Amino acid sequence: MSAPLLAVRDLATHFFARNAVLKAVDGVSFTLDAGEILGLVGESGSGKSVTGYSLLGLIDPPGRIVAGSVKLQGRELVGLPTAELRALRGRRLAMVFQDPMTTLNPVLTIAAQIRLAIAAHERVSARAGRARAAEVLTRVGIPDAARRLDAYPHQFSGGMRQRVAIAVALLNRPDVIIADEPTTALDVSIQAQILTEMKALVSELGTALIWISHDLAVVSALASRILVMYAGRIVEQGPTASVLRAPRHPYTSGLLDSLPARAEPGAMLRQIPGLPPTLAALPPGCAFQPRCPRADSLCGMAPQVTLTGVRGWRCHHPLDGGPP
Amino acid sequence: MLGFLIQRFLQAIVVLVVIAALVFLGVFAIGNPIDVLISPDATQQIRLDTIARYGLDQPLWQQYLAFLGRLAQGDLGRSFVFNMPVLDLVLSRLPATLELTLAAVAGATLLGVPLGMFAGYRPHSKVAKLLMGLSILGFSVPTFWIGLVLILVFAVSLGWLPAGGRGETVTVLGVEWSFLTLDGLKHLLLPAVNLSLFKLAMMMRLARAGTREIVLTDTVKFARASGQSEWTILRHHVLPLISIPIVTVFGLEFGSTLAFAVVTETIFSWPGLGKLIIESIQSLDRPVMVAYLMLVACLFIVINFLIDLAYAALDPRIRARR
Repeated sequence: MSAPLLAVRDLATHFFARNAVLKAVDGVSFTLDAGEILGLVGESGSGKSVTGYSLLGLIDPPGRIVAGSVKLQGRELVGLPTAELRALRGRRLAMVFQDPMTTLNPVLTIAAQIRLAIAAHERVSARAGRARAAEVLTRVGIPDAARRLDAYPHQFSGGMRQRVAIAVALLNRPDVIIADEPTTALDVSIQAQILTEMKALVSELGTALIWISHDLAVVSALASRILVMYAGRIVEQGPTASVLRAPRHPYTSGLLDSLPARAEPGAMLRQIPGLPPTLAALPPGCAFQPRCPRADSLCGMAPQVTLTGVRGWRCHHPLDGGPP
Repeated sequence: MLGFLIQRFLQAIVVLVVIAALVFLGVFAIGNPIDVLISPDATQQIRLDTIARYGLDQPLWQQYLAFLGRLAQGDLGRSFVFNMPVLDLVLSRLPATLELTLAAVAGATLLGVPLGMFAGYRPHSKVAKLLMGLSILGFSVPTFWIGLVLILVFAVSLGWLPAGGRGETVTVLGVEWSFLTLDGLKHLLLPAVNLSLFKLAMMMRLARAGTREIVLTDTVKFARASGQSEWTILRHHVLPLISIPIVTVFGLEFGSTLAFAVVTETIFSWPGLGKLIIESIQSLDRPVMVAYLMLVACLFIVINFLIDLAYAALDPRIRARR
């Protein structure tokens, strides 16, 4: 197999608070192939969004990437000068955010916002910019796009707004799009539409997609491979079908059990006991240990990654993988 | 839109009638202008004649009705002191104040907004902290003191700039302007700086607060993620978003400075409205006071209307609601 499109190794992004260091991302490694759809799953505060921002170098102080490497086609991105990083953003790496209400600028027309995104990378005449904007809006399924260019974000529905944001991300046919819970703020029916369209678009353009979500159901419908994050670390990874069928980490198993679709009708949903840990007070060793049914004294030491073929997990007492 | 205009027009008339009543009553309660108008050794007959000539012997309500009637015809009476129509008097002083105010408010905005945006964009830098410290000075040091210090330093000690007056003027469209001559500009500089320091501090703080808030939003993060430069983001995303409170303050400051630049105009002997009103209060020149206050009310009505139009131009969401 050729070298991966994106190779992340031991990435660590820490936030420096007044008297504590919050390790939001603490040694994350994964690879992404061209055109692949990767799901990044975890509870709020697990570090999945910070991982996404780190890839684009969009960490604001007091946060900082303290260690590790992000290579895009062999080119190191960590420590790249701001100007070079900026030239990559939107052209090679793009991002879609959670809430389309807040990402688009409310006082600029759609055309103006798209033109600013185009002008970030090339000189373009106003007329050519409009044509390009209309074209990319049509591609993401906005009907009558040419006529709606001069509309403002508040004149669009939530789903349409998110389509505009996706259009901006797709503008320069980037190699990778990082989508940070882009459907979480939308109605379920719109969610399904956007998922389907997004999947079709990236496969059409050959763009790789990192889909960040707390919703295992959404990710499993989309991604070919899944990473499960907990307290800044990847605790389990592997092909979607395999992880869903036979989770090895007790946390993944707990997440799966708490999906409504898996519960008996009328029965109480099973939940993972306890609360996600706060980064300021992580337990020593395995961060999941206080909530884990399988924990014992061994878990006071941080478990290393166990890799078997395409699967990997970080646990002293993995669940039985069942027949391979 | 037409409905909005009509509504605003009717509101303006109601406001003006109320103001007229308040102004008339308030001014009527102040002193007796006759004592100022005639010499103490005038005969009783001259005294009575003068009182009758100005209509001061009639009951209050008749004077008010007569006043309203004249007001509706645009006749604000004659100045007791200058013995000329008040409207002409006030309007002749307006350009001087207008150019001083515009120079001060526009200067404060053009300088304060970029500085404030920088301070909001890099809030922990030394420059930002220095700017914020200076802005506290701008807020707290009284205008008259700064004016005196400016005169002392630049006019008396260094002798670079004149201490007062309008200097050489040029007549354009029948109005005299100072800012068109070098000498006039020199005369304009110190009073304009004096007037603008407070506004500069306020604009800086306003722009800083807005910028600090906006740069943390997803709008800015999304713009960064699409590769837009920090300059583009500040210029095209942040500035439009913080401009509404800035336009509001710009308008109100412009109005209140136009009306009440009294201290600065007095210190720098700037022959504008502020100086006129102080003089007319001292000499109990009632028609001037009344005309002046009515003019100020009109100014604020017009300015508020322009601010509303500016809102609609700046924020499409407000446009939609109308």
